[in-house]
Amino acid sequence: MSFIEWGALGQVLVAGLIVGAGIPALFALGLRLLAGTTTAPDARTAPAAGKDGGAPRTIAIARPTPARLAGAIACMGVVVGAIAYGLVFLVSGGH
Amino acid sequence: MDDVTETLLLALVVVTALAFDFTNGFHDTGNAMATSIATRALKPRTAVALSAVLNLVGAFLSLAVAATIAKGIVDAGVITLPVVLAGLVGGIVWNLITWLFGIPSSSSHALVGGMVGAVLAAVGTSGVLWEGVIAKVLVPALIAPVVAIAVAGLGTWLVARLTRGVPQDVTNRGFRWGQIGSASLVSLAHGTNDAQKSMGIILLALIAGGAVPADSGVPFWVILSCALAMAVGTYLGGWRVIRTLGKGLVEIDTRQGMAAETSSAAVILLSSHFGFSLSTTHVATGSVLGSGVGMPGAKVRWSVAGRMFVAWMVTLPAAGLVGALCHWLESAIGGTAGTLAVFALLVISSAAIWVASRRKPVDHTNVNEAWDEEKGASLEAVAATTGEAGGERVAPVPAVATASSVGPAVSAVGTVSTPAPSNQKVGA
Repeated sequence: MSFIEWGALGQVLVAGLIVGAGIPALFALGLRLLAGTTTAPDARTAPAAGKDGGAPRTIAIARPTPARLAGAIACMGVVVGAIAYGLVFLVSGGH
Repeated sequence: MDDVTETLLLALVVVTALAFDFTNGFHDTGNAMATSIATRALKPRTAVALSAVLNLVGAFLSLAVAATIAKGIVDAGVITLPVVLAGLVGGIVWNLITWLFGIPSSSSHALVGGMVGAVLAAVGTSGVLWEGVIAKVLVPALIAPVVAIAVAGLGTWLVARLTRGVPQDVTNRGFRWGQIGSASLVSLAHGTNDAQKSMGIILLALIAGGAVPADSGVPFWVILSCALAMAVGTYLGGWRVIRTLGKGLVEIDTRQGMAAETSSAAVILLSSHFGFSLSTTHVATGSVLGSGVGMPGAKVRWSVAGRMFVAWMVTLPAAGLVGALCHWLESAIGGTAGTLAVFALLVISSAAIWVASRRKPVDHTNVNEAWDEEKGASLEAVAATTGEAGGERVAPVPAVATASSVGPAVSAVGTVSTPAPSNQKVGA
């Protein structure tokens, strides 16, 4: 018999790289989109601008633009979805 | 008289299985929570409490109990209650010894090792399926850290790239929550997986002892007591193991912690999904190492990691030796006295290891002290940090006495517990 089930090992490695490294990467991307690349320290103290269709680019980014916000929500959504799937997997006794 | 012996044996097996469950939780707290404690995403006590609750919940979540012990590793026909008792004692003693030295080692491998040793003592080599031992225990112990290092390494590298230029307080705030979330998933997975093992052992013992019918489900009191034993063990926290995992291998920040815990959760869940069972401990340790490999500029203490790999390879024979010795003792004395002697051996050696651990206690107050490779896991600063609480230490312990104190501690273990000579080599 073969001592290593290469097929199962390969699946674990590939899926592990996609999920295990992809989730933190998406999380990081989401945070980056929310934070802005060159956020000034006072970004949070600026009054909430609400939906004004795009923050001025010249100064510190007070709020993420709608596009960035949407991107961040998409990233975080995938992360939360993956966690939810993990929970369902555990509860369903798939282990 | 036979009835009395049987009942006593059954009761002792149940108690010992719960004790193993306790050491399992105790030993494995660090797998989920060490990084969160090291990065101060959670206070030490909050972390172990959270992990305990999730382990408790996890034990109730899924009740697909596999009523098998060491399936495919030992011949199922030779597993009797005395063998189970000896195997459990082997697993517990090895768990406690590795805890004493702060080494994260697999609780399931310790249990399997104890069972293999007990079976060897009971029926000889014919009772052990050696191919199963290699394919299901030894090879996964080599592969798990490699897979986890790759996954966590890539994850950490990506995170580091993507968050470059983002102020650290922003990443800390975000990744703190990500880290807590992913660590929680690891805790939950541990609860669902590992509490089931003890439930399975107790169920098998009850069936073998004729206390429940062969097709019985798991009685509720078994589920409850296993869940509680593991949760209490988790809450008490194997601080020595937590310290090694959180501070000994890599100095980690919240980004690395989040990447490591996500990698652990993903690899653990995926490996069980694809039927390629990997030890939680090995995966978690590999993930922490990977978070150091993937982080630009981070330093990994490979010497500490090397000691762990050695311990992982020794786990099976060492726990097996204890299991075999217990079984020999059990059958040499025979009957009720033999069973009681093995149980007494367990109690005495556990107490001795605990006493040895008190010489350099690690708890929630000093779990995050700076790691000093010269001293390894030892903590000279213990007197300073715990001195405020207790008045017993009148003067600082002289350096010479401290340095040599491990020796007597180990030999103290040796005088009461026969397996210690082999373990001395492991620890040294």
